Amino acid sequence: MQLEYFLLLAAALFCIGIYGLVTSRNAIRVLMSIELLLNAVNLNLLAFSNYLDPAGIKGQVFGVFVITIAAAESAVGLAIVLSIYRNRNTVDMEQFNLLKW
Amino acid sequence: MNGLEVQLPGLDFGAMSLAEGVQFISFVLLGLMMVGAALGVVLLANIVYSAFLLGVVFVSLSGLFILLTAGFVAAAQILIYVGAVNVLILFGIMLVNKREGFSELGNAWLGRVVTGSVCTGLFALLGTMILSTPWSLSDEVAAGEEATIMIGKHLFSDFLLPFEVASVLLLIALLGAIVIARRELVPDEDVAIAPPLTLPERPRSLAQSSPQDS
Repeated sequence: MQLEYFLLLAAALFCIGIYGLVTSRNAIRVLMSIELLLNAVNLNLLAFSNYLDPAGIKGQVFGVFVITIAAAESAVGLAIVLSIYRNRNTVDMEQFNLLKW
Repeated sequence: MNGLEVQLPGLDFGAMSLAEGVQFISFVLLGLMMVGAALGVVLLANIVYSAFLLGVVFVSLSGLFILLTAGFVAAAQILIYVGAVNVLILFGIMLVNKREGFSELGNAWLGRVVTGSVCTGLFALLGTMILSTPWSLSDEVAAGEEATIMIGKHLFSDFLLPFEVASVLLLIALLGAIVIARRELVPDEDVAIAPPLTLPERPRSLAQSSPQDS
């Protein structure tokens, strides 16, 4: 078991999340991709915490904070998606041009 | 004795080859499960399947956290992600339950190909960086089962201010989510006479004035 395996796994998860974030048409799937990105970062933090700083585990504290922020982000993001759906009657990302010129 | 030790890799790993083998096998299984489920989240057409596969991703990540001797974070991952975020996403899917076929874009395949190649390139870049960096691995004894106590000590000593700020942020996010996602009034109700301590709402007739004008 080495640090590099976990880092490679987190990098793969991050790249999958970016692919979903860019190519998804459904707004809820975009939110799921953001969760994948946050989880990849969390895996990185915990891997570094375990292998580079195993005695004073500050990385795990950061992981707890990331989980907290992710929960808040998910709630607000879904509220925004519901609000946009109520106003525009669609969840297609290609039609969300409210802020575009 | 070995059977007990290999079940808890956070206590004493590195000493036995059997423990390392079990850890490696479980790492490979959890990693394959996580990557496959994440690909399913991104690629499947039905979004309900994506939401359930997201739960699989979270559970396998929790297993990986246990492999990294982070038991408390693994429990928090199960509780918050699988218990709260995934359920929230499922409720969002049910509230936005509209089976619409998205209008076809002309060059959608081009975007997918370009994004896939960019992501593959990013993964190659990150992989070479990870494999070529000389990590300064520590030789200290892992905290192991003491991790929960140490996280508590960190949260109430040197991370006290971020802890309190995070609690305020959670409160703000709660209020903001309620305010943003609140149900609108039906238009024939009288909007003018609002009871005190309530926010004035826009009637639905004004809110849905022209959804197709874009």
